[in-house]
Amino acid sequence: MAESSVAEVKEALARVGYLADEPAALVSYLAQELGKPVLVEGPAGVGKTELAKAISRATGRELVRLQCYEGLDEAKAMYEWNYRKQLLRIQAGGEGGWDDVQEDIFSSEFLLTRPLMQAISSPEPVVLLIDEIDKTDQEFEAMLLELLSDFQITIPELGQIAATTMPIVVLTSNDSRELTEALKRRCLYLWLDYPGAEREMEIVRLHVPELSESVARRLVEVIEMVRALDLKKPPSIAESIDWARTLLLMGAEDIDQETFKQSMSIIVKHRTDIDLVAERVGMKLAEAPSPAG
Amino acid sequence: MSATAVSPYGPQADPGPPGLAAKLLGFCDELRGEGVAVGTSEILDAFAALELVDWTAREDFREALATTIAKSQDDRRVFELLFDRYFFRAAEAEAVQREFSERGVGGGEGDAVGEGSERIDMDELREQIREAIEAGDEDALRDLARLAIAAFGRGEGSGVVGVDVQRIRRTLGLTAGAQPPSEDGQERPSIDRDQLNRFERHLRRELERDLIERTKTLPPSRPLAELDRALPTNPTQDLAAVHRAVSQMKRRLATLGQEQRGHRKAAMVDVRRTMRASLETGGVPLRLKYKPKRPRRPEIYVLCDVSTSVTSASVFFLSVLHALHDSFRKLRSFVFIERISEVTDVFEHERDFAVVAQKISSEGGVADVSGYTDYGRVWLEFLTEISDDLDPRSTVIVLGDARTNGREPHAEVFAQVAERAGRLFWLNPEPKLYWNYGDSVMAAYERHCDGAFECWTTRHLENFVNVVAGGVPAAE
Repeated sequence: MAESSVAEVKEALARVGYLADEPAALVSYLAQELGKPVLVEGPAGVGKTELAKAISRATGRELVRLQCYEGLDEAKAMYEWNYRKQLLRIQAGGEGGWDDVQEDIFSSEFLLTRPLMQAISSPEPVVLLIDEIDKTDQEFEAMLLELLSDFQITIPELGQIAATTMPIVVLTSNDSRELTEALKRRCLYLWLDYPGAEREMEIVRLHVPELSESVARRLVEVIEMVRALDLKKPPSIAESIDWARTLLLMGAEDIDQETFKQSMSIIVKHRTDIDLVAERVGMKLAEAPSPAG
Repeated sequence: MSATAVSPYGPQADPGPPGLAAKLLGFCDELRGEGVAVGTSEILDAFAALELVDWTAREDFREALATTIAKSQDDRRVFELLFDRYFFRAAEAEAVQREFSERGVGGGEGDAVGEGSERIDMDELREQIREAIEAGDEDALRDLARLAIAAFGRGEGSGVVGVDVQRIRRTLGLTAGAQPPSEDGQERPSIDRDQLNRFERHLRRELERDLIERTKTLPPSRPLAELDRALPTNPTQDLAAVHRAVSQMKRRLATLGQEQRGHRKAAMVDVRRTMRASLETGGVPLRLKYKPKRPRRPEIYVLCDVSTSVTSASVFFLSVLHALHDSFRKLRSFVFIERISEVTDVFEHERDFAVVAQKISSEGGVADVSGYTDYGRVWLEFLTEISDDLDPRSTVIVLGDARTNGREPHAEVFAQVAERAGRLFWLNPEPKLYWNYGDSVMAAYERHCDGAFECWTTRHLENFVNVVAGGVPAAE
């Protein structure tokens, strides 16, 4: 029964257009069953964010996304008091004395919910995506701890607000800094890497089914070659798909030097990288004249 | 028990004593011994996860453990190594203890194959292995590995597992790369290194098992962590760690510098945010909000000693430099021995570390007659040629041992450089104990530095980053 569930998760993800490998499917399954957040790490462009989106689509839950950046604080991530409305309430006066007003203006009516609070207080279970957590500072991480372990947020004026429904939490990180032990301890860990040739082939075929198999295979081979170089920004999976679409539009029968030169900018986006790729990969394509078909 | 039949360790291996919990705890203990921080909560998670997966499936079992216990790539690497060793050995230890033997219990299976080795068609075997490798069929690969060992492994083995693996592979004529067409002239897909490695791993495992069975003892388990402790002589192995420390440093250098320098007075009032905040106080701007100061892009000058006295460390330093170049756009790097030479271009155009290292040694233009470092001259040259570009925003990092070979250290010139630059750090590849011994004039330079650190492992580098971040001057 357990076995089939992991398989079911994998299947459900595949139905919404995300081909998960075994570990990813298993971790997604465990996250739902154990109710633990998942920390997904890996190089840029391997589908970390996409995994969260796919889980949301597969489970039919709404996706609440918090994009992290340097300087993100709780006013933007959790909640903020709606000062304007509070002020109006005070100015509107009313029969009650100061005590009434004071009680009133610190009620949930005057609370502006931000993504984290939104995820917690939603009546329907949601998928909470905390994207690029490594971009924030350690203080922010510490603030997340309460949410991640107990699914609750403490507001000094209101007290604790606990989640009514269990969100699935996905945190992504590009590994640009070491996250704290405390955060990691509360999460399941998943390392996503570039897919193998076979799986990438499947992914490309899934998203661009019109592309002929031979071109798709060639494309995956070239992408692998490009990734093997030490580039500033290796091509992501999304870029392979974009490239596949481009090739389709160009009506390319095969990837020869000419087509490669024209469309290379889709997958390589750095000047020094372009030189390097043109030199190393472009030449190779010229050397080997395309086999028929 | 049906599990016995499907056990990956062959028919004789028992699934183990009742007490998976004990086994798991033992495993976690070993992980801790290797420096992986496994907390109690993580062990609890692991048990919870194992209840949910069908853990007779080897892959699921391992993944479920890994996702709850190994929380970084490094940890995962250690986990993989230990997992194989621990659980594999656990089964073997059990077999030894109960005096099971494949040859004894297995109905002479091993012997039968052994005698029949002449009759095993080598071509046939090779074909089957190729097919299994192509199909990625792990079970078939394991069986074939055992068959291969039975055919030309047992008895005549050298006793060293690694040697035997290669010998068997060669005898079979399996190589990575393009494969010769099969007999009926059909083309076959090539086998890449990874696929071949997978087969070799099975060979290794089976040979090791065989060895344990014969000697009835388990090989001693070596701690893995020792490898990481020493000076990183192999840059590729430690490059990731260096990169991590450097990217941390980048954030710190970018955000920290100006806070300590107290430019508060120059801050601009952000009218919009002040008004917004004033709502809180009924429209009276009690609290002024300032425009966030844009972090200034740090300009970094790195001077790296590449003379013979720091040979072992310069590989490490070059990898630091290599990592720095990835993180900072405004970085100029110099290498020096007797004279100084700018190598910024080399790093910008070449991304492969090995090539960079080679280019620097061939085109650096620093190796003069003697090959001995002349710090005094280096400062003079740096001051006249480059220091016009220095301003309070720039950070200078010197990587060197401060051994002048008895030449004039020109500390006063160095002081001028330090004055022009905003901050100056010195990373010395020698332990602090050796500073100022012999021809080292570290003390003369240290006075002018914002910080001088010993730095010969990635851990020291991280320490340097932390001290810079904490703003604590390191000079004691």
